[in-house]
Order: sequence, then C-alpha cells, then structure tokens
Amino acid sequence: MKIHEYQAKQILNKFGVSTPQGEVAFTPGEAKEIAEKIGPRVVVKAQIHAGGRGKGGGVKIANTPQEAETMAQDMIGMTLVTHQTGPEGKIVKRLLVEEALDIDKELYIGIVIDRAQEAPVVMASSEGGVEIEKVAAETPELIFKEYINPSTGFLGFQARKLAFKLGLKGDTLKQAVKFLTALYKAFQATDASLAEINPLLITKQGNVLALDAKMNFDDNALVRHQEVLEMRDLDEEEPLEVEASKYDLNYIKLDGNVGCMVNGAGLAMATMDIIMLSGGMPANFLDVGGGVSEEAVKNAFKILVSDQDVKAALVNIFGGIVRCDLVAGGIVKAAKELGLKVPMVVRLEGTNVEQGKKILEESGLSFQSASSMQEAADKVVPLATQGQ
Amino acid sequence: MSILIDETTRVVVQGITGGEGTFHTQRMQEYGTRVVAGVTPGKGGQTHLDVPVFNTVADAVDKEGANASAIFVPPFFAADAIMEAADAGVKLVVCITEGLPTFDMIKVKQYLKDKDCHLIGPNTPGIISPGKCKIGIMPGHIHTPGTIGIISRSGTLTYEAVQQVSIQGYGQSTAIGIGGDPIVGLKFIELLQMFKEDGETEAVILIGEIGGTAEEEAAAYIKKECTKPVVSFIAGQTAPPGRRMGHAGAIIAGGKGTAKEKMEALEQAGVHVAKSPADMGTKLKQALT
Repeated sequence: MKIHEYQAKQILNKFGVSTPQGEVAFTPGEAKEIAEKIGPRVVVKAQIHAGGRGKGGGVKIANTPQEAETMAQDMIGMTLVTHQTGPEGKIVKRLLVEEALDIDKELYIGIVIDRAQEAPVVMASSEGGVEIEKVAAETPELIFKEYINPSTGFLGFQARKLAFKLGLKGDTLKQAVKFLTALYKAFQATDASLAEINPLLITKQGNVLALDAKMNFDDNALVRHQEVLEMRDLDEEEPLEVEASKYDLNYIKLDGNVGCMVNGAGLAMATMDIIMLSGGMPANFLDVGGGVSEEAVKNAFKILVSDQDVKAALVNIFGGIVRCDLVAGGIVKAAKELGLKVPMVVRLEGTNVEQGKKILEESGLSFQSASSMQEAADKVVPLATQGQ
Repeated sequence: MSILIDETTRVVVQGITGGEGTFHTQRMQEYGTRVVAGVTPGKGGQTHLDVPVFNTVADAVDKEGANASAIFVPPFFAADAIMEAADAGVKLVVCITEGLPTFDMIKVKQYLKDKDCHLIGPNTPGIISPGKCKIGIMPGHIHTPGTIGIISRSGTLTYEAVQQVSIQGYGQSTAIGIGGDPIVGLKFIELLQMFKEDGETEAVILIGEIGGTAEEEAAAYIKKECTKPVVSFIAGQTAPPGRRMGHAGAIIAGGKGTAKEKMEALEQAGVHVAKSPADMGTKLKQALT
C-alpha cells in the first residue's frame, strides 16, 4: 500500500525522524492559515501517489501566506501529470504546506527489502534529488549499502559508516546517524516495503531533515498496522480496483480491450501474455483465486462488465481441486444474473471438464468454448477487435 | 527416484483440524500420502481423520516419526509454525499458507540457517512426486509418474505445464511450487541442483514470473552447472511496472525484474525459453529430441 508524503512524514516524526515543519491543507484557506503559522515563506506541495511532482508544477514556493493561498487555489483540483502518473495524470486534492529551508546539500537515503539477500538494506548516496534508478544504472559506485541482520537490527557502526561515506562531519554527522537509525526503526516497526528520503536535506545551518518522504507497506502485514491502514486514500486508486479489493479479488486495470478472468496469479499473467502474443491487448489482470468460488466468479463478472473498455472476455480456469462442472455452473448463473453483453470465450480444463463444457453449451448463452489457451486467445482477440 | 519426498515420507499436518487443513489432508490421504500426525495446540490427544493429533510438532516427531510437515495455519501464525517444525527436527516443511508478512519470512530464513531443514513456500501449492507422495493442495490426478522435474513460482500455471507435459507423453519425477512471495524457502538453484543429481530426472521445466532476480540467478547457475535440458516460461510479459500482479513477489520495481530481462538471461544460459505459455510442452519435446 502507498501513502502520501505528508502521511509518511507523520509516521516518521513519531519515530524521531526530523522533517520540515508542515501541515496538510485541503482548502486554500487552510493553506493560508498554515503559512501564517510556520511561514511567511513556505513550500506548497501537491499530494499525489506519484513522484516527479516538481517538474509537473506540483511543488512551488510561496513568499507570503496570501501567495500560498493563491497557489493552493490553482493547485487544488488541477490535473498533475508526471512521468509516474501516465498521460491521464492525477487530480490534486491535498497539499502539504511546509516551511521553506535553505538548501546546502541534497542526499539520498532509501530502505528496501533485498530479495536476493533476504534482508533489509539501507542505501545512501550523495547524489540526492535525482532519480536514484539513474544513479544505480550509471554510477552504482555512488550508492553505499548496509544489509541488516534481522537478529541484531541496524547497528550503530553501520549508520556511522554510511554517514561518513556521505562525507558528513561534526554535528551534521551525529544528526545523520540519529536520522538513519530512526528511519530504520520506522521501516521495521511498520512493516514497510520501502522508505525513501529523496532528497535528504542538509541545510546551510548543517541540520539534517527529510525534505521528501515516500513509504510503501507490505500488504500482507497491514492488518497489524491499523494506523497505516487508515491512511489509505481511495481517491488515488482505480475505482474498479477499489471495488475488486472489497471482494478480495486481485484485479488490475490495463489498457487493452480483452477482459480476462483466470484462477491463479501466474496463470492470469500467462493468459495476458498469450492474448498479446496473439495480437490483442488485455484489459485487465484478474485472479479469482485458485479455489474459484461461485461468489468470486460472480463478483469478478461484476467488475468485468462495469469496465467500458472490455469488448470481449476470456475466462481461463484450470480446475484442480474445484470441479469444472461447478465452475461452469457458477459462470452461467453469474452471466444470467448480470446480463453479460460482451462476447465471451471460456476455456475450462481439469477435473470434470466435459461436464463443465456441456453446462456452458446448454446454457443458452453465447459462450464460445476453447480447449487450449492458444485456441482461446485465437478466438477472443478477433471478437474484441470487432467490438471496438 | 524423486527429490525431497517419496513413498516413505511421514507427514505431519500443522493446522489439521481447521477447514483447509481438514479438506486437504483428506485429499492427501486419498492420494496415498502417509499422513502420520496432525498438530493443533490444545487439541492434543484427539483423533482427526484417523490421525492422532498432538499439541506440538515435537510430540508428532517423537511419537509418530514425522519427517515432513504441511502447514495450513493462518498467516500471522505461519512463521512460528515453520520454526516449530524445524526445531522439532522435521527435514522438509511445506508452508501452504498465503499472506505471510515479509519481515516474518526474513526471521524464518535467519532461523533456518543452521537447521537441517528445507522449507518450501510459503504461498505454494506444495510438492508432489506422482504415485509416491503429495504434500500440498495441487490436484493429484493430473500428474503422472515420469522423468520431468518441474519448478514453479505459481500454482495453476504449473498444472497447465503438467498437462502439456502429459500431452507430449511425459510424466513428472517431482513437481514443486516454490511460492509466489518475495522471500521463500528453497529457490530455483537448490532445486535445480537436486534435479541434476536425481538419476530419474531427464529434463527440468522452470516456470518463473516477473519480480526479483531469482530467474537470473538460476540462469547463471544453469550456465555453469546444469547438464540436463531446461525449458522455461516467464509469466508477466505484459505486466505494467510498479503493480503487484497477485503474488506479493510479482512486481517490477525500479525497472528491475521484467520478463524480458529474465528470458534473455535464460536464453543466454542455453535454456529453451517458451515465449508463449502454450508452448511449454512442445519446447520440452524439442529439447529432448
């Protein structure tokens, strides 16, 4: 799960990570009030779940509270397009109004789980403020790493090593060590999957603060972090994905026009792949779960039919423990109840497949049946093209 | 032959009295797996599905000689269950449970480092050696004994591969789902090594997916060490970056972990890479003739 910058900073503050003073504003009036409190000079930052906001016009400096108000007026409701939002952009609904500080240096700090090492890794680089992927690709020697032993946690010497490598000295070094230690504590305590400070700010006075903050969380652990779960902003998510998540379905909206419904995530991705290899484009990823309950099938159909982009649908179910005749029964029932209008190709395989196919054929609905994934893709792609 | 399990494997089911545990224990018994014990804390002394239930895995090992475990407990208790089994001396732990937090798995892997215990999963369909033993939730009847080893990060896509292998006239020596999470127990390399040493296995199908670098690591190993033909398919060629595709581990992050990179690495290692999931069986046939 993702959260906004201001929310990440709220979490980090609780663990002793220093950030500029600031507050969230939902209206121009609120932005002005905050600027009066912490200003007069403030930074007004659009809060969306995407990076690259500065270049897109989503981060601006206001010299007076009045200016902050005018800026907020312009920004709230604007569609912000960055390299991470896609061409459609995202509508700005919240702003972070923060004190403006004098920048001396911009550094980079990131914590992620390294899958190959099976441990968290704290990364630091003097190349802050830019895309770290670029630094990693072009000058990997400028990224310093410390892997965390889960039994000991992030150790003092590891934090010092990183701070020295960043070229920090004196009180700034001390502050950076404290900062890194607190940041790791926050990462671990909240079951985060990413904590990124880019840039880490060194002010002209030598103070260390998180100028930007990004945190993502392990979805599997959210149940034990109610305070994080409450920060979820449904406005930032695709409405159909929000709907699907209510039914515990794994659904991701994509750009194509062939709707897919598959049991199992791997098979669902493979189904998307074969659609593309057959000349079509998938409209979504949708995994109804290995077990394919009747309820899941029905809810999945609800999602599929409410996507206007879907011109034809492909159902690919490998019935293992669940019998194909039961799955077929569920498909027919759901299609009748919901009045499925797009043409549909169904590929069933596994236990009781013949009985399953018979149920589909005798349903009176216009299903096309396929025996293999290839046949299914070959049938559904032209149907989607015709429907376009 | 087979790897990790055979007809002598003695299985304890952790969480045997729960809904999932009960259902799949029955399926395993039907398949002929020797389920010798169950564990549900507090229900020790009972009998469930004709199997004695114990309070601890240690008891199941002492009294019934269990040497493998299948875990069906809820996600927040699963890490504890894995470590309990390892502590009790169980040699193979198969964690079916889905949804373990990553930090829990980091602890588990650390704990297992000095234990003589292999972990499969979590979030796996399990392991099967057709005709001998099944520890997991896969449909047993689609499998046939044979000479092909299968290692996969997914469930139903593995069944698809099994079926394509059967259509080409081959069976499986052992099929293993390693699990769809970012951090799992046994990975491709350890299993490739076991298949290499298994006299019965003629070729291996490796089914990967986007996310992480496990396939690239496997490719490097295959290039250096593997003497048997390897066929591979990587799911997620159409997956957009930054989105988790169902499995917690299936995500292209920071431009890394794309299907393209993985397919190229495998091809360079001499692996027969199927572009389409429909071609896994035919690629295998080609590799073996």
